[in-house]
Amino acid sequence: MYEIGVGSLPVVAITGFSTGMVLAAQSFFQLSDKGLASATGLMVTKAMLVELGPVLTAFMVTGRVGAAICAELGTMNVTEQVDAIRAMAVNPLRYLVAPRFIAGISMLPLLTIFSCIMGIMGGYMIAVYYYGMSPSSFLDPLPDHVDNFDVFSGIVKGLVFGIIIITICCYRGITTKGGAAGVGRATTNSVVVCYIVILIGNFLLTLGLNNSYEYFQEAFGW
Amino acid sequence: MVAQEQEKHKPMIHVHDLWKSYGPFKVLQGLSLDVFEGETLVILGRSGVGKSVLLKQIIGLEKPDKGFVEINGTSIIDIPIQKRFKDVKKMGMLFQNAALFDSMTIEENTVFYLRQHEKIPEKELQERARKALQMVGLEGSEKKMPSEISGGMKKRAALARVIIYEPAIILYDEPTAGLDPITSVHINELINKTKEELKATSIVVTHDLRSALEVGDRLALHHEGKIEKIASKEQFFHIEDPLIQSFFEKASLKGVYD
Repeated sequence: MYEIGVGSLPVVAITGFSTGMVLAAQSFFQLSDKGLASATGLMVTKAMLVELGPVLTAFMVTGRVGAAICAELGTMNVTEQVDAIRAMAVNPLRYLVAPRFIAGISMLPLLTIFSCIMGIMGGYMIAVYYYGMSPSSFLDPLPDHVDNFDVFSGIVKGLVFGIIIITICCYRGITTKGGAAGVGRATTNSVVVCYIVILIGNFLLTLGLNNSYEYFQEAFGW
Repeated sequence: MVAQEQEKHKPMIHVHDLWKSYGPFKVLQGLSLDVFEGETLVILGRSGVGKSVLLKQIIGLEKPDKGFVEINGTSIIDIPIQKRFKDVKKMGMLFQNAALFDSMTIEENTVFYLRQHEKIPEKELQERARKALQMVGLEGSEKKMPSEISGGMKKRAALARVIIYEPAIILYDEPTAGLDPITSVHINELINKTKEELKATSIVVTHDLRSALEVGDRLALHHEGKIEKIASKEQFFHIEDPLIQSFFEKASLKGVYD
């Protein structure tokens, strides 16, 4: 958990913060001449919460953690360490995969929230300190237009992406064959597959969550 | 153990008509084998004939396409390793490249089995690790990482990891491969010492004839997926078989038992 969660904080913070800054800069630049500059805060917050926060966090964790997991398990497999675990009557899925799975699915949503907060902070700094927006113009629309469902969407996506990353990388790692070259191939392959599955999964999740918006509104009063 | 004595006893390990293929490559082709309690059987054979595959079938890391393995009369092929250890016999395997967990210290490697299966206080674990490492001559290396020790030390640490839980059956996969002659002698001595102290039944696969002579009670020749010949160490050298004789000649051991 420490490795996946705390270890990923710097890269997730930098990614979220810089994305928030870029979003704010573009939003303000694109919207100000149409009289919509006050929507900058809303644009940044919504985009970070429901799309960019979860996806970029998942990408960063795939590159930093998923690749490392795949390489580590792959190396253990080709050097017979996984066999040694099994030969001592220990289930490698329980010993090697389960802790990583639990850490992955619990840390991804938290990292996603952290990334979103950093993104909103980055956007706020650019909008307020660079473009001279008043803090209230940036923040005031948020309580009215950002609801629990947006936060929920981000967390659900983080959770699902966590499952995707850990499952693919552990599977590719523990089935690696072919020595050092095999480990390299498996690691590259796991990262590429993760990115593709995350992108497709994000699209499907977006559709699914948007279609269930009314249900959640009625069920939980969101 | 002489042949008549062995016939009186049922084998501890009975391998019957084992077949295993990887794609088009037929590795085991109806291999049968008996190993008796307390003996060390050495399986000789050229590299790549499937000696390690046989060990993996016996310990349960792979399943055969056909055939079965019995331990004390119980077929173990369909019994998961965990259950096998509990209900049949504990087994241990020394892997060709030691297969130490490189994220753990030597001590953590050594107590891995105990930590996973037995609730033992940390102090006792350390004490048992110390004793096991002392037995293989690695006292003082407890806190070292596998990357900090030599190949021979890795093999000894891997052996300590096996002997600490006192398995009834120990499988050695090329225990002296890649080691210098002096270290090989140490490893052979350790195999004999382990047999003596644990009374374990052992199978050693190797292509190192000198090692085979030092540790084996019986020798077997694995050729083309089958056990071609099997005999006591003394008898093995007198078998008039071109394959065996050529094996000895290549290893410059012809005449050792003349």
